[in-house]
This record gives sequence, structure tokens and C-alpha cells, in this order.
Amino acid sequence: MQSSIAGKLWMAATGLFLCLFLLVHLFGNLQLFLPRPQGQLQFNFYSHLLSSNPLIKIAGLATYAGILGHAVLSLLLTRRNRAARSVPYAYSRPQDASPWYARNMGILGTVLLIFLVIHMKTFWYEYHWGAVGVDSGGHRDLYAVVLAAFDREWYVALYVVAMAAMGYHLLHGVESAFRTFGFQPRRFARLAHRLGVAFAVGVSALFAIIPVYVYLVQRW
Amino acid sequence: MDLKFKIWRQDGPEAAGRMEDYELTGISPDMSLLETLDVLNEQLIANGETAIAFDHDCREGICGTCGMFIDGRPHGPLTGITTCQLHMRSFEDGATIHVEPWRVDAFPVIRDLVVDRSAFDRVIQAGGFVSVNAGTAPEANSIPVRRADAERAFDAAACIGCGACAAVCKNSSAMLFVAAKVSHLSLLPQGRVEAVERVRGTVAQMDAEGFGGCTNTGACEAECPKHVSMEHIARMNWEFVKATLFSRE
Ligand code: HEM
Ligand code: SF4
Ligand code: FES
Repeated sequence: MQSSIAGKLWMAATGLFLCLFLLVHLFGNLQLFLPRPQGQLQFNFYSHLLSSNPLIKIAGLATYAGILGHAVLSLLLTRRNRAARSVPYAYSRPQDASPWYARNMGILGTVLLIFLVIHMKTFWYEYHWGAVGVDSGGHRDLYAVVLAAFDREWYVALYVVAMAAMGYHLLHGVESAFRTFGFQPRRFARLAHRLGVAFAVGVSALFAIIPVYVYLVQRW
Repeated sequence: MDLKFKIWRQDGPEAAGRMEDYELTGISPDMSLLETLDVLNEQLIANGETAIAFDHDCREGICGTCGMFIDGRPHGPLTGITTCQLHMRSFEDGATIHVEPWRVDAFPVIRDLVVDRSAFDRVIQAGGFVSVNAGTAPEANSIPVRRADAERAFDAAACIGCGACAAVCKNSSAMLFVAAKVSHLSLLPQGRVEAVERVRGTVAQMDAEGFGGCTNTGACEAECPKHVSMEHIARMNWEFVKATLFSRE
């Protein structure tokens, strides 16, 4: 990467692309709120629709590439940034000048990466290669896999923690990405800021509530 | 006031440095921090020790040479001021005050608290200027400038090149300084002509000097003694995108 600005432009582009992916993914997950019998059929039908659609396959590959690119680039840039200060301050108060989550995007991202691996094992791997039954509509019963996964308290807790990490990652990330692209909202600065916060908090909270809801309500 | 100090001492660019303890008694709260260091240096000299080297010139917040890291923050615990504008009344009686030079590899320590900020000069030489002689302030109506643009350019022009932005940044990024220059000149008609070359040149030089990259944490804006806004970083990014994608060669 030649220029530091080019590096952060790629970081922002992959980050915002992943945000788009989050919206699509969230739309699918929200179907888990539907009442049980037809919710199950609809969720499994939707999963089948996605996994059999070639366009979605391409989008899926782009998402993997996006996550990989985002993570590898973040490592390269963070290493370069660290190298710019070889002697640390003996006494420093960074908390007076910037929020903690803005300074720890790499750690929050690493939590997300670990979460993604576990998440892929539980659902993606099981759906494609696990011993999964078939629902009354004739589709592979991913819904049952979801219920079984969120039958365990620690697994629900893991999701809530990971989504909190994502909330903070996006709380800084969304606004930062727009700034990186040179977006200067001026008159709408406050509105733009609130939209960024609303996206980060809203998307993460909805993702986090689903496992809790499944654990408390849908399992029975 | 009675005060304790922990101050970075380093004999030369290659020497290993260390934090050293000092104590001062009977300091007036109305003295500035630099005056307090002057008093400390007189004591050191009287005792046959070497004085603490620190940079300063105007002592009124306009030259930008006096920057140092005081109690964990650039230019000390207040905002919107330089080190030379910091007075002892901002500290508690009996406090221990930490004083260190900027920790940015692109600003190597020359001695004690003095760093070499010529990296900023080389960034300016790489495009932070207008090539033709723009002369003295022109007659008010000869070159019309939108008022909003004039205000923004003026906000950027307030930068005094102190280096606090890079010093506080977790990435040691000099983006706020470079953005202030790029934004200031590209907002005005005399500078607009060279906007493409300016953003390319200064950003390339900023990277070549070894500053880190910006991640928009906002620490620079919070600690800048002139409150230069991060909006200028966004504007510089946009100038960079335009120069990369849309400018004719
Ligand atoms: C669904 C997953 C993710 C989404 C939606 C996401 C989104 C974002 C966004 C929008 C940004 C802002 C880009 C910018 O500052 O210009 C960002 C930055 C960043 N992300 Fe992610 N990210 C995700 C996963 C990850 C992962 C897995 C890692 C690390 C392994 C990671 C590490 C980082 C780092 C280090 C930054 C740079 C932060 C900075 O500029 O301060 N992210 N991310
Ligand atoms: S932008 Fe502010 S902190 Fe950075 S060099 Fe200029 S005056 Fe100093
Ligand atoms: S000595 Fe000039 S700004 Fe402090």
C-alpha cells in the first residue's frame, strides 16, 4: 500500500461493504421473531432460497473477501502505525482526548473475527455438512440448528458480548469511514452523527436480541 | 507552591534517556510552566549541573515551538493553549508533574525536551505553498472569496505547526497538520490551481517521514491548541480522492 490515505480508503470501503452485508443478514435473522410453526417454515425456506441462488453465492464470496481484506489490511496498517512511535510515553492520558473504542478498533475487530469463526462453525458448517433434518416443507431445518445452538446460556452470552463489540466497532467505524471518504456533512453534521450512532447501536442490538429471544421464547 | 517534577533527560540524539526527579518550592501560581523550568534551570546551573533543554520562542502561543507532553497530554492539562500559555495555577499544590518530549519517531529528540520538527518543514516544501508570488493582502474586492470558504480557510490557517496532533495521536499521524495546509490553500483561489499537486506531494512526504496513518480517533482535534477542526481531514481525503480518480494528467 503506497499511500496511508489509500490504505484507509480501502479500510473504509471494505468496512462499509460489510455494513451492507450486516443489513441483509439482519433481514434474514429477523424472521426468527415470527411465531413458531410458520416462522420455522419461512426461515428454512429463506435459507434455502439464499444458499441456492448463484447471485447470493457471488455476494457471499465477496463478503469473505471483504472480511479477509479488511482484517489483513487492518493488521498491516496497525503495524505501520505502531512503528511510528518506538519510544512510548512514560505517562499518558489518552482517555482525555478520544473514546476507548476508537483507540481499540483492532481488539474489537479481533473479537469479531473469533466470533465469526465460531459462528460459521455452528451454522454455516452444520447447514452444509452437518446432520440436519428436513422440515415439513421439505427444506433443511436450519431453524432446529438455531434452537439447539441457543439452548445453551454460554452460547447466548457469547453472542451478546460479540454484538456489543460490534456495536462499539461500528460506533467509531461508520462515522470514521464516511470521514475517510471525505464526507463533510456541515449543516447536517449532527444528523449524520446521529444516523451513524443509530446504525451502530440499532443493528448490533437487534442482532443481540435474537439469541436472547430464541432462548427465552422460541425454544418452548 | 511546592511541586515535584519528573522530567525526561537525554544528552543527545543517540543517547539513552531517563525520567529524572526534581523538586521546587515557593513557586508562584501566576508563573508559567516555562518560567518554572527557567527557575529550575537556574538552580541546576548554580549546582553545577546541566540545564534542561527546551524549545520556546514567542511565549505567547503563536510560534508553535514550545510543544511538550505535560502530565500525559500535549501542552498540558488545559485545552486550546500552548505550553507557554500554561500557568502553575492549573496544577494542585504538591503535585507531581510529568514532562516529556513528543514521542514521534518522525520528530527525533535532539536533547531533553527538544525535538527536531523539520519533518513538517519538508511536508510544506512538498507542496504546502502557492508557487506564484501572491503579494501582500490584495485589495478587498479584487479576488472574491465566499465568506464560508474564507472562514474555513482561516480556521485551518490558525495551525502553528506545533506537532501536538501527531504527538497525541495513537498512530503518530500528522494528518491534522497536513490537512490544515491542504485545506487552507485549496479553499482559496490563489491556492486552488495547485490543489492536485499539493495533496499528492504533501501526503507522500508525510508518509515518507514515517508518520502513521489516520484512524479518525479525534485526539488531534481535542488537543490542538488552535482547535483546528477534523473537518479539514475529511476535506483533504476528498482532495486526495479527486486527485487520484478525477484529475487530468
Ligand atoms: C462484520 C464485521 C465488520 C464490520 C461491519 C466492520 C466495519 C468497519 C468499519 C465501517 C470500519 C471503519 C473504516 C474506517 O475507519 O475508515 C472499520 C474499521 C476497522 N476494522 Fe472493522 N469491521 C468488521 C470486522 C472487523 C474485523 C474482523 C477486524 C479485525 C480483525 C476489524 C478491524 C478493523 C480495524 C483495525 C479498523 C480500523 C479502525 C480505525 O480506522 O481506527 N474489523 N470496520
Ligand atoms: S493542527 Fe493543531 S496540533 Fe497540529 S500542528 Fe497545527 S496547531 Fe499544532
Ligand atoms: S513559545 Fe511560541 S507558541 Fe509557545
